[in-house]
Amino acid sequence: MFQLDRITKCYGSTAALDAVTLTVEPGRTTALIGPSGCGKSTLLRMLIGLIEPDSGRVLFDGEALHPGNVRAVRRRMGYVIQQGGLFPHMTARENVTLMASQLGWRPERIEPRLAELAELTHFPLDGLDRYPLELSGGQNQRVSLMRALMLDPEVLLLDEPLGALDPMIRYELQEDLKQVFAALGKTVVIVTHDLAEAGFLAQTIVLMRAGRVVQAGSLSDMVTAPAEPFVEQFVRAQRSHLDAFGDKS
Amino acid sequence: MIIVSRFVARLLTAVLLAGMVACLASGCTRTDGEVSIGSKKFTEGIVLGEVLTALVADADIPVRHRRALGGTRIVYNALANGEIDAYIEYSGTLIHEVLADAGLDAAADPATVREQLAARLAEDGIRLGGAIGFENNFALGVPKPRATELGLARISDLRAHPDLRLRFGNEFMDRADGWPGLRDFYALPQRDVRGVEHELAYRALGSGDADVTELYTTDAEIAYYDLRTLDDDWRYFRRYDALLLYRIDLEQRQPEAVAALKRSVGLIDAPRMIAMNAGVKIDGRSEADVASELLRVELGIDRTPPPDGFITRLLRHTWQHAVLVGISLTAAVLVAVPLGIVAAHRRRIGHLVLATVGIAQTIPALALLVFMIPLFGIGAGPALVALFLYSLLPIVRNTHAGITGISALLLESAEALGLPPGARLRRIELPLAMPTVLAGIKTAAVINVGAATLGALIGAGGYGQPILAGIRLDDTALILEGAVPAALFALAASWLFERAEQAVVPRGIRGRVGGG
Repeated sequence: MFQLDRITKCYGSTAALDAVTLTVEPGRTTALIGPSGCGKSTLLRMLIGLIEPDSGRVLFDGEALHPGNVRAVRRRMGYVIQQGGLFPHMTARENVTLMASQLGWRPERIEPRLAELAELTHFPLDGLDRYPLELSGGQNQRVSLMRALMLDPEVLLLDEPLGALDPMIRYELQEDLKQVFAALGKTVVIVTHDLAEAGFLAQTIVLMRAGRVVQAGSLSDMVTAPAEPFVEQFVRAQRSHLDAFGDKS
Repeated sequence: MIIVSRFVARLLTAVLLAGMVACLASGCTRTDGEVSIGSKKFTEGIVLGEVLTALVADADIPVRHRRALGGTRIVYNALANGEIDAYIEYSGTLIHEVLADAGLDAAADPATVREQLAARLAEDGIRLGGAIGFENNFALGVPKPRATELGLARISDLRAHPDLRLRFGNEFMDRADGWPGLRDFYALPQRDVRGVEHELAYRALGSGDADVTELYTTDAEIAYYDLRTLDDDWRYFRRYDALLLYRIDLEQRQPEAVAALKRSVGLIDAPRMIAMNAGVKIDGRSEADVASELLRVELGIDRTPPPDGFITRLLRHTWQHAVLVGISLTAAVLVAVPLGIVAAHRRRIGHLVLATVGIAQTIPALALLVFMIPLFGIGAGPALVALFLYSLLPIVRNTHAGITGISALLLESAEALGLPPGARLRRIELPLAMPTVLAGIKTAAVINVGAATLGALIGAGGYGQPILAGIRLDDTALILEGAVPAALFALAASWLFERAEQAVVPRGIRGRVGGG
């Protein structure tokens, strides 16, 4: 779905991305993981054209991203960020249907879609007319997810969607996200710093460090065949979470 | 950006049209056949304006008195430009101040001077219609007890008392034939010399806060404050004969009006003028009232105008004030909000815009009003423009701050959704900036209501009119008649915008400013 070819992006003298080459398979969930500042969020934002690379090419569905097509391409993607992404002056309903009404969808088309998404994301219908300030953090993220899915995009991009939630709600939302990904069968790219979450949600894990891809593959590849000592260190540092994950499955 | 600039262009057109309509409604232009009489902004000038007005009205010609337009320059230019048709000016003021460049020799014999003056006035399209019959010369006055204590009887006596506190009217301070000339002529040593409103100078003398002021020899206050007029022993001050001036083209347009105006020639002698000034300033009668009494006694004309009651006056001032504030503020909102939007999106233009409107704000309101006169004449027009300029800064600045203060996460969300720029502005940026924008408009409205009181200085009317009249007449009740409603008006405007915020700002962001 995405092909990245020797992408480099510098901020001042530091390289946020350093000659990254990566292919994102369609219909699968890919997790970008790594320590803070490794370039995983920069990479995700590049996929949706919020950041342009200094050099290299980003292909979406075989087509290079450029200013002329970026707005049209974005409507084929849904984007969820950690927090603050909902417009505070709009109710949950207005946030979710904003783009659909901008595109001139009729209410007969909007309402069923909204109901469908609320059911999919387990969002209570009576919360639709509340403002983000009046909803909990977890509910806000469900609204963000509904907004990202409203136009039925081919791709779903999530930037640490559960990063700011407390553990109980986070656990519940992880389950729900996994179900949603499975039910929709879309191409999903999710950024996280939690290896357990990555392993739970994604089939492919891309481990990054200092702007470069260290290893891309399944979780078991990383545990059994680390590409370099850093991978081993990273896995060991998250071991306790992994144990919990192991017990569950 | 093209859409925005087209939007701005359309707004500007609308604002200009609104301004023109406002001008028509408030009398920037006048109807055909109406004679317009002007007056300078002091009691005697207004009384004389009322006399001329009543004379024209007596000939059944439509006439309008544009009262208290301003100082000498403003009124003279208004006459030269045809904004008014006639007013009364003093010979000394013309020779030494207005037409100083013509180099007329005041020392020549009076008939020659008059001839030269008439010739020079004709160059400006102005006819010297004749002398009214009294002189209003400058003199210096000292409270009698103080004069006795210091032994002051002549101006040259002042040379021995360098510590005296001198308070002069602003016009006298600046005029070549006023304080600067007098100081040099008598070599006066005083250092504590300040310019104030002429009426306030009298009051400072009365309360012992000052020792010397300039007098006009027809001032009613000379007797009222018990002042001694110092003898001009070295003969510095010149003659100030009151003269009727009118536009030459009026002779063709309305000869009957000229004939009516000329009835004022030789009509008023000095004691008569002092009595009329005292009638207004000390007895608290209206200028129109003393003028019509004069015409009744001297010419047998009886057209006493019905005096306006308090409510009528209040309604008139409120209406004028509301028109000034309403139009200038609406125009400012229509221009400043788009300017603020552009400034927020284009950093370099933004700096320029904010700096420019910032500079407009640093010009004192009074100076701004005066700057407008050569461009827009007198009356409501220049006041509207000045108030408009004055209201821009708070709105531009708050619109800019409201939009640039929106969190980067929200802007990125809008971009990631694929919202086109126009929709982003309309659906995201403006609603989020709305509380800040409204706060800016509220600030502008309150400033505007206050500044609009100064409009009365250039004949725009409003609550400033009773305030100025009150200062002129030392009448606190009259000052309050303007000041109290002006304060209430500002409070009402403030309250209105708070209500508007309740109505316009969605619950999700109410009560916070910035929209981050």
